[in-house]
Amino acid sequence: MSAVASKPVLHGGAAIPSDEKDNFLTHTSGFLSWAMTLDHKRIGLMYLAGVSASFLLGGILALMIRAHLYQAEGALFSNKVYNQIFTLHGAVMVFLFIIPSVPAALGNFLVPVMLGAKDVAFPRLNLGSFYLWVTGAILFLVAMFATGLDTGWTFYTPYSLDTTGPVIAATLAVFILGFSSIFTGLNFIVTINTMRPPGMSWFKMPLFLWATYATSIIQVLATPVLGITVLLLTAERLLGIGIFDPKLNGDPVTYQHFFWFYSHPAVYIMILPAMGIISELISVHSHKGVFGYRFIAYSSIAIALFGFLVWGHHMFTSGMSDVAAIIFSALTFTVSIPSAIKVFNWLATMYKGTISLTTPMLYALSFMFLFTIGGLTGLFLGPLSTDRHLHDTYFVVAHFHYVMMGGTLVAFLGGVFHWWPKMTGKMFNEFWGMISAVIVFVGFNMTFLPQFVLGSRGMPRRYAKYLPEFQELHQYSTIGSFTLGIGLLIAGIVLIHSIFKGKKASANPWGGATLEWACTSPPPFYNFQRPPQVDDPYDFRGIEYSESAEGYVRPQR
Amino acid sequence: MTATTHESHGTGHDDHGHEHDHPAWLAHHFDDAEQQFDSGKLGMWLFLVTEVLFFSGMFCAYALLRSLNPEVFSYCSAFLNEKLGAINTGVLLFSSLTMAWAVRAAQLSQHRLLVALLGATLGCAAMFLGVKTVEYSHKWDLGLLPGMLYQAQVSHPEHHAIPTALPYLQAPGVVLLVGFALYWLWALMKRNDFHLQIAGPLAVAAACYVGGAFLGLKLEESAEHAETAAHATHDHSDHADHASEGTAVAGATDATALPVGSERENLLIPQQSHADQVAVEKGIEEVESPSVNQRGRAGVFFSIYYCMTGIHAIHILAGMGVIAWLIVKAARREFHSKYFGPVDNVGLYWHLVDFIWIYLFPLLYLIK
Repeated sequence: MSAVASKPVLHGGAAIPSDEKDNFLTHTSGFLSWAMTLDHKRIGLMYLAGVSASFLLGGILALMIRAHLYQAEGALFSNKVYNQIFTLHGAVMVFLFIIPSVPAALGNFLVPVMLGAKDVAFPRLNLGSFYLWVTGAILFLVAMFATGLDTGWTFYTPYSLDTTGPVIAATLAVFILGFSSIFTGLNFIVTINTMRPPGMSWFKMPLFLWATYATSIIQVLATPVLGITVLLLTAERLLGIGIFDPKLNGDPVTYQHFFWFYSHPAVYIMILPAMGIISELISVHSHKGVFGYRFIAYSSIAIALFGFLVWGHHMFTSGMSDVAAIIFSALTFTVSIPSAIKVFNWLATMYKGTISLTTPMLYALSFMFLFTIGGLTGLFLGPLSTDRHLHDTYFVVAHFHYVMMGGTLVAFLGGVFHWWPKMTGKMFNEFWGMISAVIVFVGFNMTFLPQFVLGSRGMPRRYAKYLPEFQELHQYSTIGSFTLGIGLLIAGIVLIHSIFKGKKASANPWGGATLEWACTSPPPFYNFQRPPQVDDPYDFRGIEYSESAEGYVRPQR
Repeated sequence: MTATTHESHGTGHDDHGHEHDHPAWLAHHFDDAEQQFDSGKLGMWLFLVTEVLFFSGMFCAYALLRSLNPEVFSYCSAFLNEKLGAINTGVLLFSSLTMAWAVRAAQLSQHRLLVALLGATLGCAAMFLGVKTVEYSHKWDLGLLPGMLYQAQVSHPEHHAIPTALPYLQAPGVVLLVGFALYWLWALMKRNDFHLQIAGPLAVAAACYVGGAFLGLKLEESAEHAETAAHATHDHSDHADHASEGTAVAGATDATALPVGSERENLLIPQQSHADQVAVEKGIEEVESPSVNQRGRAGVFFSIYYCMTGIHAIHILAGMGVIAWLIVKAARREFHSKYFGPVDNVGLYWHLVDFIWIYLFPLLYLIK
């Protein structure tokens, strides 16, 4: 941080602190001051580093898959190794990256600051949940280096009972990561319920908090079921208890029900906080109050609740009863309503706004495009008739990558770029940031659009080799995936470069009105010098750009 | 510092803010005691929600497996000893009373009573586990194990006065008992009231664990004696029944038709009369062969039994850990009418653990 001292001191603006050097990054120093910190901002940054490393690992595995599939007979690996690679790719991406990405990394940093609070309600639990995450990550690495985990990330029985791979290490990892996720969610619910500042009613909360709240509800209600499921699976492997094993009078479809009772709501654990980010980004970078605030807020809760009723649509071909399948199919369509409400409200927010095409805004626009494709292709998988054809094909792969990656990952990147100045106190290179957004967008579509076509032509997922007629589309996809990888690499370089060479960020570089922009960048150790004044989080009147502050200020207040 | 609450928040959390408006028991990031209490309580309720959902998976599995194999469940649940289950239910219910009373004592700043009541709760928990060790070890001797480990040798049961595994399960309790007793004696010699207050309840709890095992053994034995006696008096009529049942069952494929309850007495008790032995075993053979007493079928009941009661027992252990922690804090007189949140929250947790057992007991032991 010595570079800061040589920078010219900023003048003017209401948000200049008296002591610029004392912030949460410099308040204390040394390894233990990070490893044992109870400060939510430091824990958030540690999570950010952790999930980014996991994403790098999962991404390298993804590129290995795509490289292998460049040729119809498989370019690189044996079938067995290929099975292990896609298993690890799925498990690492889902459990180590996407689920903790937005809530644990950005949420930890932002929730208390947006509330004007000093910390989350249970700081020790927060640190504990981070170390649970670390333990889970280590167990996954153990499973990876032990080699042989080839069940797919879903650990379906009875195969997961018969395979020789390190299933126990992986399921224990999932169990532990589940509790990490539960504790994060519990912490946020309590924090948002009890620690809102005077004057911040539920409907004056930033929409990111609404989304985080809805996510936390799912984390608390769904994750324990996954916990007991993988615990029973572990006992099944260790002792042969037979609850899911047909050889021992157990029922494998029960496993699928249990697994998807968590893992479908988990899809909304992944996408809801991303939607919260987009609500903030669209509004701030359009410099216009969000359209339909209440509808966006309620639709988050609606998605959280509907999300619990549709898990059966993963199992249409698993031998459920027809009645159950029809009911699950019908319920599946209800989820599209709140999702569409959000998309239309974001569009209406941009209408007649003063849109700044910044890096975060480009990512937000990508999100809207990609998420809409992801959501609409989901409608083909909901009806029983088309699902029979598309089940377990590349169409499904493309669909959930459009939602998970085009949705959550792109929103996560947008959020990281948006709040990066707040978290680190440094501005990134805007030009290269925008380049990265464009390359990610192009590379992503090139990777996954061909997969829709592949799937509808009958290419099954998870195959290590395929018929030559699919080769051309697979090659487009592989080229796209490497383009995507380059885009993500540029994004990473831009961010890391800014830490060393970036300009000092002002308190409010984008012109936001939520509370995190009212404290300095980076925030002081206790977030606020004095309890902030709570206003409408989307009232942008009076916020003006100040040349002297190199950021936005609100002089009148 | 004469600053108002708000200003002191802003300026001096690290050094001078604490003494005036932040007593030691109020965490720095909370504004006041009420906010801290509300947060803790909401957090605990949410945690209980996750616990309920955690167990709900097993309750669902129970329901599904039971509906798929009704005959397995009615056959196997007869192996559980209702008396021991009932005793344990009573013990846990009583511990909920002492726990609730402990919350009251904390609210009224009755420090010694609080320690005593927490100690009583801890003792009940230990006794519950003590009884459980007898139940488990007895079943292990009979081969009533989960899933593929199931190998019930009901025709030639090994009978032990003391189940093989019981000494191993009880050894930690005995070690702890000796340790805590020595700790108590040391505190007594030092006349250290603080350590006496901690050592007393811990020693009593360890004694309850060992005592629970003795109680369990007694009940298990008396149940067997009663059955043996009953068996002896009805010996001949029973076997007459067997012969007819044996033939009746031989052709039956539906095991639900079996008179399971009455069979059990014979299955599990070493036979006294040589003359009847052959006939009895023949009867058993015919009872077993078409139906449930085999690894691929009956094991599933014991799977769900061990999972549910085992995870419940782990929750009891965790509860004992936090109650012991509360005893230390209570002996330090940290709880008073303005700060009793931890006692309250542990109480909530303890009631949930009790509550889950109230469902487990009838589902596993009573429903035939």
